[in-house]
Amino acid sequence: MSCEFKISQEFEKKVDETITHYPVSKRSASLPLLHLWQEEFGYVSNQGVEWIAAKLDLQPINVFELVTFYPMFRDKLAGKIQFRVCRTLSCALAGGYELFDHLKKSCQIEGDGHHGPAVSADGKYSIEFVECLASCGTGPVLMINDDFHENVSNDKANELVKKYG
Amino acid sequence: MSCACKNPFNHDIATENTPMVNVQIDGEWVQVPKGMNIVAAAERFSKFIPHYCYHPKLSVVGNCRMCLIEMGTPKMDANRQPILAADGKPEIAWMPRPQIGCATQVSEGMGIRTESPLVQECRKGVMEFLLINHPLDCPICDQAGECKLQEYSFEHGQSNSRFIEEKVTKPKNVDIGERIVLDDERCIMCSRCIRFSKEFANDDVLGFTQRGSHTTLAVYPGKRLDNNYSLNTVDICPVGALTSKDFRFKMRVWFLKETKSICTGCATGCNVLVGSRENEVHRLTPRENEEVNSLWMCDQGRLGFHEIHEDNRLTTPLINGIKSDWSSALTQIAQQLHGFKPEQIAIIASARMTNEELFLLSGLRKALGGEAVLCDVIERLGQADGILRSADLNPNSNGAKLLGIANPGKLNEIRSGVSNGSIQALLIFNENANEAGLSIESLKKTALVINVGMRLNGAAHFNLPSSSFAEKRGTMINGKGRLQRLNRAIAAPDQARDDWEIIRDLKAAMGGGNGIHTVEEAFKAMAAVIPAFKDLTMSKVGDLGVELTLSSVQS
Repeated sequence: MSCEFKISQEFEKKVDETITHYPVSKRSASLPLLHLWQEEFGYVSNQGVEWIAAKLDLQPINVFELVTFYPMFRDKLAGKIQFRVCRTLSCALAGGYELFDHLKKSCQIEGDGHHGPAVSADGKYSIEFVECLASCGTGPVLMINDDFHENVSNDKANELVKKYG
Repeated sequence: MSCACKNPFNHDIATENTPMVNVQIDGEWVQVPKGMNIVAAAERFSKFIPHYCYHPKLSVVGNCRMCLIEMGTPKMDANRQPILAADGKPEIAWMPRPQIGCATQVSEGMGIRTESPLVQECRKGVMEFLLINHPLDCPICDQAGECKLQEYSFEHGQSNSRFIEEKVTKPKNVDIGERIVLDDERCIMCSRCIRFSKEFANDDVLGFTQRGSHTTLAVYPGKRLDNNYSLNTVDICPVGALTSKDFRFKMRVWFLKETKSICTGCATGCNVLVGSRENEVHRLTPRENEEVNSLWMCDQGRLGFHEIHEDNRLTTPLINGIKSDWSSALTQIAQQLHGFKPEQIAIIASARMTNEELFLLSGLRKALGGEAVLCDVIERLGQADGILRSADLNPNSNGAKLLGIANPGKLNEIRSGVSNGSIQALLIFNENANEAGLSIESLKKTALVINVGMRLNGAAHFNLPSSSFAEKRGTMINGKGRLQRLNRAIAAPDQARDDWEIIRDLKAAMGGGNGIHTVEEAFKAMAAVIPAFKDLTMSKVGDLGVELTLSSVQS
């Protein structure tokens, strides 16, 4: 994916304002800026890396290191509806992997989703494993976009897919 | 310090007036400059603490953990005064855990153990971890023989692996620059190359991506590690992750004979080691000299040696293009030169020649008629890069000036003299006549053209084969007025001879021997008449050179 994003004035204003929160070292604004970029454009492209690096007087590689390190940053578009299924111990024991497979099947998603989101062919759904979502007593748990759901059985998952879809 | 380049750090050199502190290293009390890190401090007393990521000229990151040592600070009494033992030295309270030597600075009364059982156990543990994902491809790895992983593994590690799981696989044979190939599986993530590129070469293109089990050294997509200092990363890479395209798979390093010499690529005169085997130079590597190049050299200089082994080397004396021998060539030249008036003779010499050669050449010029014989060198100007590279691309311009061979402006006179026919005999030493602005046509009009060099001059009546910088001994004066020595790494091919011998024999053939039989004697004769070289001998110049007091030197 190599489309050029057009950077709006409002976005740039928001970014410039965010940088002022870090008066000692502009570099500290790297993560907030990456978040802002991903919220705005959906994923962090090389254009984003280079634009942010230029904003912070850094070299692109300095920002690229962060993007490749943090799992929450994507280098390509995720689905409109994003599933994040917990795979840490309690949820794994409670059926997180089964839930993951069930969702993949019901939303027709190919790809494994172990490292970054796997997206359905129509781009509507994406799914990925994440680490602990801090509700070990109510596993399996998942997040759909920014909402948190507990005790997600396959039936409950079906309902949720219907509700969001 | 007059080092041409500026190191981002000099951990191994204490600034002047640094106070000394008392430190106990392996039971012995010694004095070291306050604030020096423990690896550098211990090295002063021949205690080598193994390390990978620490480099004396780069920032300290402390990520390899190889330099773990035991340390302690003086026990204090209730008044914060050190408690003294029976021998009057402070008693040391040892820390229960090891510390990394590179990021720990010495302080008064500190105790350091570099060889204790705990330290040895630590090194063994670190080595085991470093080797877990490292491929065992030493037999085909270029670093083998000068690999810190091999060396420390042998010294501090264990011979068998307990690792039965699968190794992490990473990119191999990655083309990250014009002169560099990367093998990510061999990388131990010391980050020396990243810091070097950023801090020394001002080219921050390297970084670690995918940090975690799959940490990968990489260049930013679309960028390349192409700066003129990139090959230094190969030198400082402690393993075989970064290799030089020019050198890889060419020669096992233990076969190389390393000769101390200097780079002749520009007026900086970086100190180098010439790595050669069986009369072939395989690589140049920088040699430490804090007064000149510290630990570095530029890629241009490093790869400049290839001209030595190019096919078109002149290897036998040629008379009118026909193979001949030295004695007939020299006798004929002498006879013919006698037939010219001094004003009809000109010499184009090179500021890439050594002082000894230039000195003998000035003697030859005297024999030919002295000042009346026009004589000059060809200037070569490039772009200084503010790091090591000088704008003067001739390595010995100062020597040529000092010895009266460089006479600015005379080259123009020679050029017009050759084209209008007033100059009838031209001697060219180690220079390309075309580069001097002399066309083949004008040379063909000239009655006698003598070319001494590594390459053939088609228009010359006499072509005499001479030696490359790696095939001869001698001295040069760098741009900052430092007298440095070249040493012979390999023999000159076939009948090619040292320039100083050629010039001496030519002068002798003209009827004046001078009793010079070795290059040392040439230096001695020069030192006797040139004030700048007063009291110097070639052995006094040493491996690191000496600073001269030159009035003509502009820095």
